[in-house]
Amino acid sequence: MTKIILPELGEGITKATIACWHAKVGGDVVVGQEICEAVTDKASFVIEAPAPGKLKSISVDEGQEVLVGGVLGIIE
Amino acid sequence: MKPKIIVEDWGLVNYIDGLERQKKCVQSVIAGAGDHLILCEHHTVLTLGRMTNPQSLLYQRKEIEERGVMIERVDRGGDVTLHAPGQLIVYPVFNLNKHGKDLKVYMEKLQEVAVDLLKNFGILAISIGGQRGVFVGPDKIISIGVGVRKWVTYHGLGINVNTDLSLFNLIKPCGLNVRMTSIQKLKGRPVPMKDVKLKIVELFQKYFS
Repeated sequence: MTKIILPELGEGITKATIACWHAKVGGDVVVGQEICEAVTDKASFVIEAPAPGKLKSISVDEGQEVLVGGVLGIIE
Repeated sequence: MKPKIIVEDWGLVNYIDGLERQKKCVQSVIAGAGDHLILCEHHTVLTLGRMTNPQSLLYQRKEIEERGVMIERVDRGGDVTLHAPGQLIVYPVFNLNKHGKDLKVYMEKLQEVAVDLLKNFGILAISIGGQRGVFVGPDKIISIGVGVRKWVTYHGLGINVNTDLSLFNLIKPCGLNVRMTSIQKLKGRPVPMKDVKLKIVELFQKYFS
């Protein structure tokens, strides 16, 4: 089981909003696949799958905020 | 010393065609190519960023398109913005793995470049905390919106050089209740685009090389 984490984006950036999910729950993902996008006030940041497997769950829905280091979903 | 930035001037290009070319450039930089700085102008288009509020469009989509203005949804941060001939578009495709991997620092540097550019044309501009973009008094002159993939940047700056400012009446630029201005308006005369291009390239070399 691997957690998908919102990475450090820069000093002073503490949170981001998940703009969209490209991967679907239950779908297969490969390492490096673009699975969702996080946005700060003027930047969009593509998040990639950290491990291969199935996207088991999504913890942050589109439009919701998440803190840096927060769990976005689980790959199993 | 870091390698020099590779500069490409695409001239006037359709937004979607430019976006496709930009994506190819991003892939090449991800694959190891050097940092690229792309300069161009776009045919008139409204682009909707990931955070676009539907109320930022002040007319119905059909009415806007009937005026010959295209509308495109794009994968950058921010709200709605307008591109048109006379606006210099600057797309830095930079590998932030070589520039510190800090989105905030990158955005602040873009703002510094923008303020410095305008200073060179005798315009005192400021960036306002919490609001991306560059202002002259209360009026916005440069819009900033960035995308990042594998720490490689795309999208960038829209600098109103000789833009037809009446087109901004179609929208709330960047979702703000703000009036737009241009270098042309502030100087009282059109400014040669080539002069702005030369200066912006020089400044990017200074701030990012």
